[in-house]
Amino acid sequence: MYTQAMDLIAKEAGNTTPATAEPEAYQREFDAKIDRGDFIEPKDWMPEGYRKTLIRQISQHAHSEVVGMLPEGNWITRAPTLKRKAILLAKVQDEGGHGLYLYAAAETLGVSRTELIEALLSGKAKYSSIFNYPTLTWADVGVIGWLVDGAAIMNQIPLCKCSYGPYARAMVRICKEESFHQRQGYESLLVMMREGTPEQKAMVQDAVNRWWWPALMMFGPPDSESVHSPQSMRWGIKRVSNDELRQKFVDATVPQAEVLGVTLPDPHLKWNPERGHYDFGPINWKAFWDVINGHGPCNRDRMAARRRAWEEGAWVREAAEAYAEKAKRRATTHPTAA
Amino acid sequence: MFVTELLQTTPDPAAETALTLPDYDPETQAALFRYLLRLGDSVLILGQRTSEWCGHAPVLEEEMALANFGLDLIGQARMLLTYAGALEGKGRDEDTLAFLRYEHEYRNVTMTELPNGDFARTMVRHFLFASWMVLLWARLQSSADPHLAAIAGKAVKEARYHQRHAGGWVVRLGDGTALSHDKTQAALDDLWPYTAEWFESDEDDARLAQAGIAPHPGELAAPWRETVTPTLAEAQLRMPPESPFRSHGRWGRHSEHMGHLLPEMQYLQRAYPGGKW
Amino acid sequence: MTQTPTDTPRRDEWPLWEVFVRAKNGLEHKHCGSVHAVDARMALELARDLYTRRQEGVSIWVVRSDQIVASDPDAKPELFDPSADKIYRHPTFYRLPAEVDHM
Repeated sequence: MYTQAMDLIAKEAGNTTPATAEPEAYQREFDAKIDRGDFIEPKDWMPEGYRKTLIRQISQHAHSEVVGMLPEGNWITRAPTLKRKAILLAKVQDEGGHGLYLYAAAETLGVSRTELIEALLSGKAKYSSIFNYPTLTWADVGVIGWLVDGAAIMNQIPLCKCSYGPYARAMVRICKEESFHQRQGYESLLVMMREGTPEQKAMVQDAVNRWWWPALMMFGPPDSESVHSPQSMRWGIKRVSNDELRQKFVDATVPQAEVLGVTLPDPHLKWNPERGHYDFGPINWKAFWDVINGHGPCNRDRMAARRRAWEEGAWVREAAEAYAEKAKRRATTHPTAA
Repeated sequence: MFVTELLQTTPDPAAETALTLPDYDPETQAALFRYLLRLGDSVLILGQRTSEWCGHAPVLEEEMALANFGLDLIGQARMLLTYAGALEGKGRDEDTLAFLRYEHEYRNVTMTELPNGDFARTMVRHFLFASWMVLLWARLQSSADPHLAAIAGKAVKEARYHQRHAGGWVVRLGDGTALSHDKTQAALDDLWPYTAEWFESDEDDARLAQAGIAPHPGELAAPWRETVTPTLAEAQLRMPPESPFRSHGRWGRHSEHMGHLLPEMQYLQRAYPGGKW
Repeated sequence: MTQTPTDTPRRDEWPLWEVFVRAKNGLEHKHCGSVHAVDARMALELARDLYTRRQEGVSIWVVRSDQIVASDPDAKPELFDPSADKIYRHPTFYRLPAEVDHM
């Protein structure tokens, strides 16, 4: 899944000290690598701003995957068939896996997993605000796959070529797995729309109505208001602008909605032959910022669930460590017993 | 076509008729149907419980392991219930059986329906259950019933990994800190009495044992105890005393927990009758 | 020198292990990421659950991240540049008549 919060990161990263404090030769070599499109690897020299921006961006992305397990996880025990239950469980598991790939990538930058998790649980680190919306019906699961994962894929594909090697490699793995997520979601909606009862069709339309606008917001603020720094573009860790990606998403989604037989909740949505794109109505950015600033429908629930899992798991983590210590001691006292 | 192959292909409505069914006398067929429900419901209900962990595990890495447990169990349930439905011949598929029966018609062993409790309880249960299933699946691999033997061949590998991974946690938690030891011992004490049910038998079991379709449940009691004892000892856990308590999930008499698990699991099938998913 | 996570292990978290997976017999083990685990056995199991969900592997290696010795990126010029001019090591260096060029 995804983080939309890169613009928020860029704002903070802009404040970090520029490269002047670093040896010039290193900086020149780094710039040359970026210009050539080479990858930067963990032990290579890198400007502090680059490192900090990456840590924030990758860990926010990781947090989003992990928090993103909750809204869909809400439906695993109520999935309507065994096949759908297995698919959903596998999908939510993948999201946990994506979180792990990304934490591992962030850890190569000199930050520990515990620090990252503490930043999430204390509310210091952000995650994609799309996961602060509730999953009210089973159709939400399908719509999340179709729209939210669809938007995520569009956002993530450019990152497979980002300049930081471990992040790019994690994204390649993630993108490969995401396409299953989007397809399963769309297919489950298709079955309900084509073969389902009127109640099921109404359920799908209702879910589309609720998720459409939040999905468009996933691409971040409009370029005109965007604080996205040319720095992130320069560094090759952001590749395509928010509005470009959003337009691409709308253009791809409208025909999919037609095949599905649902309407998208935007009276302004129509094909513009001059632009060669779909026009769409204004986005309610106040709602977007409200959710980011903690006032979405589920912000508190999501964080409470993550904190509870972490706190209730503390004795398990301690026990495992205590056991490993004991086993190590035993092995040194009685080497043959091992 | 084997039921194990059926679920590995993309959905094909015609495929169900492609199942080649063995030719049994009516009594054996009915006994096997009930036996398949006992197995299928046990893995279904434990899979349902295991999937409740998703998003709430003590470490993120363990999320992956728990979800894999759940996926294996649900996969086994699909094969067993699909086969049960085909054998019964009344047009019930895996989902009709999984979602649209009354409580007393479910035949899972009672332990599987108990709430997860903490991580120690979840792992102790999984270890005890998987250790039993490893033995049972191993015997069923040579079942006279070709479908059951094929399912067992696939499931035995999964159960071995479950036994191994859950067993690792039982040892770590039992021999970890004082707190984790107490929690693990308490879990073992509470769960142990529910294992007696696994080794009880009735006429169905006798009939299937006679036909070489399934082992007599009692035959597995001693080997199972031998399998779990070393791990429990390594975990510094005390073996609970024998108890006169008996549970009867395999006969359709469940604990109070079942009546809470089912409405959640069946919700959509009940609320949207005739729905297509 | 940049700081790597292995320079600063945190007391309160499980050690980090690097994971290498062999996709199928005949291929080498390839690095694919890392996991946190208290011991080797747990590291292997968790690596299996994380990195082979889609039949990506038939064999796994795990190694404590702090046990890996890496070459210094600052030494890259003296370590790796000297091989750049040994072009005579490569078969394409030799021009042969077309009739025998498949050699």
